[in-house]
Amino acid sequence: MSRISTGFGPRPAGGGFETFSWYFFRVSGVVLIFLVIIHLIVMHVTTDVRCTTYMFVSMRYSNPFWRLFDWLLLTLALTHGMNGLRLVVDDYVRSASARVWLQSAVAVLLLVFFMLGTITLITFQPVPAAQQGVQCVAPPTK
Amino acid sequence: MYKGQSGMWSWLFHRVSGLAILLFLLIHIVDISMLGFGPVVYNNSIVLFDQWIVRLLSLALIAAILFHAFNGIRIILIDFWPKAVKYQKVLFVIAMVVTIVLFIPAAYFVMGPVLSWFINVPTASVGH
Repeated sequence: MSRISTGFGPRPAGGGFETFSWYFFRVSGVVLIFLVIIHLIVMHVTTDVRCTTYMFVSMRYSNPFWRLFDWLLLTLALTHGMNGLRLVVDDYVRSASARVWLQSAVAVLLLVFFMLGTITLITFQPVPAAQQGVQCVAPPTK
Repeated sequence: MYKGQSGMWSWLFHRVSGLAILLFLLIHIVDISMLGFGPVVYNNSIVLFDQWIVRLLSLALIAAILFHAFNGIRIILIDFWPKAVKYQKVLFVIAMVVTIVLFIPAAYFVMGPVLSWFINVPTASVGH
C-alpha cells in the first residue's frame, strides 16, 4: 500500500510522485516565505493598496525582474496550494470514483488559474514611460 | 496521544490556513486579470481593496500567511533536525509568538490609511 504524504510525519522514501511532492512542499514553502513577505511589503508598506494602480504596475514592470518575480510567486503559490488541496481531497474523500473526479477538478483548476495568471502577466500593456507617474484611487488620508 | 495536544492544533491550523490562503489566491488571480481590461477597469477594481472591511479581510489573510509560514518552518525543522521533535511544543509556541509579533506592524500598515483620523499615521501614498 502506497503511503500518501500528508506533509507531516517521517520523510517518505522510495521515490515516485509522493516523495517528490513531500520535498516540493518544503522547498517551495521556504522560497514562498521570502517571495510573499517581499510582495506584502511592496503592496502594503512601501506603497499602500490604494496606490497600486495600473500606473503602479506599469512603473514596476518597466523592470523585467518584477514580472519574473510575480510569475514565480504565481507558479509556486498555485502549485504549493493545489498540491495541498490534492492531499485534503485524498484525506477526506473515501469513494474512489469521487476522488478521481475531484482530483481531476483540482488539476483542471490548477491549469486554468495558471493560464489566466500567466496570460495576464505576459499580455500586460504598460502606460508609456512618458506618461508615467504616481496615481492613487483615493487621497492619502481620509 | 495526538488528539487535543499542540500537535493537533498545529496540524489543523496549518490545513485550515492553507486552504484559506489558496481560496484567496484564486480570487486574487481573477482580480489581477482585470489588468487585461485596461486602466479604467483595473483601477475601479483596486477601489475595492481600499475599503476598510476588505482591509480587515486582508489582515486576516496576513495572519493566516504568517502562521502558515512559521509553522511551516517548524515542520521542516522537525523533519530535518531529529532533536526538534523533542521541542515541537516549544517550536509551536515560538511560531505563534513570531506570528503575533509580526502581525502588529502588519495591522498598523494595512489599517493605518483608513484609520488616519484616529491614529494619524504618515502613509506612503502621496499624490493623487
